[in-house]
Amino acid sequence: MGFIFEFLIAFFLVISGIFGLVGSYGMIKLKDPMSRLHAPTKATTLGVGGVLLASICHSVLIEHHLSLHELLITLFLFLTAPITALFIAKWHIHRHEKPEDLPDAGEDELWATHAVEQVEDVPDHSKT
Amino acid sequence: MIRLLHRIFPHPHLTFLLTIVWILLANKPSLNSVVFGLILGIIIPFITQPYWPDRPKLRNWPMVVEYILVVLWDIVIANITVARIILFKRDADRQPNWVCIPLELRTPEAITVLAGTITMTPGTVSCDLSAQGHNLLVHCLDAPDPGAVRDQIKHRYERRLKEIFE
Repeated sequence: MGFIFEFLIAFFLVISGIFGLVGSYGMIKLKDPMSRLHAPTKATTLGVGGVLLASICHSVLIEHHLSLHELLITLFLFLTAPITALFIAKWHIHRHEKPEDLPDAGEDELWATHAVEQVEDVPDHSKT
Repeated sequence: MIRLLHRIFPHPHLTFLLTIVWILLANKPSLNSVVFGLILGIIIPFITQPYWPDRPKLRNWPMVVEYILVVLWDIVIANITVARIILFKRDADRQPNWVCIPLELRTPEAITVLAGTITMTPGTVSCDLSAQGHNLLVHCLDAPDPGAVRDQIKHRYERRLKEIFE
């Protein structure tokens, strides 16, 4: 029975390792910055998720006590990772995209990042 | 009586959630951590009450569970799809694309959840809101057909969020 448990834990670890590796490889292979942004979101979902599942399985099946710390890690990752991605994406739009390069924003005419630039108080950093 | 309860627990869900999180942090469900978690769960909503004047009401709890399961399943599927794109597709064949998603959701919290979901699903990253919050700008790693991506997000996520929040 112990063998099956160990096999299960090893399986989750290998899965997470593979997806972490593919995510990192994606950072090298993909050429444009916006596509590169997709690689880390991969590593934080299945990559970390696999390790956490393995950790839960290990504490329950091998050490025989319930440990649910890992669920909290998942919760905090899911709360913080999209914010980081959004910051990087907005930075990219601010510095490298013009309103006419993006799809039409419908009745609002401009995307929020560009709409802010029209306020005169915002200093223009794009030339430095 | 109900009013008094409402004064003590202005946000019962938050009280419950904080208690659970505290017990998870302590990592063993002893009476000690339950009591202290409850104390935190009562004090924190009480203090932060002025910061959420019109918080949305969750209407459909079974839908919340369904939504979480759907998202987790989609994350696994999308991870495999994206891994295949990274490993086996030549960079020249890949068609990265911006997709504009017209939003029917109006609650800020619902839009936040939708944007977070889109980012956590590999292959799509939500990048910006339009100036008045009527559209969501999403970047796709490989989307030959932007319309299909838009329809899928609207059908799978936004429809469910609309039932949960509005």
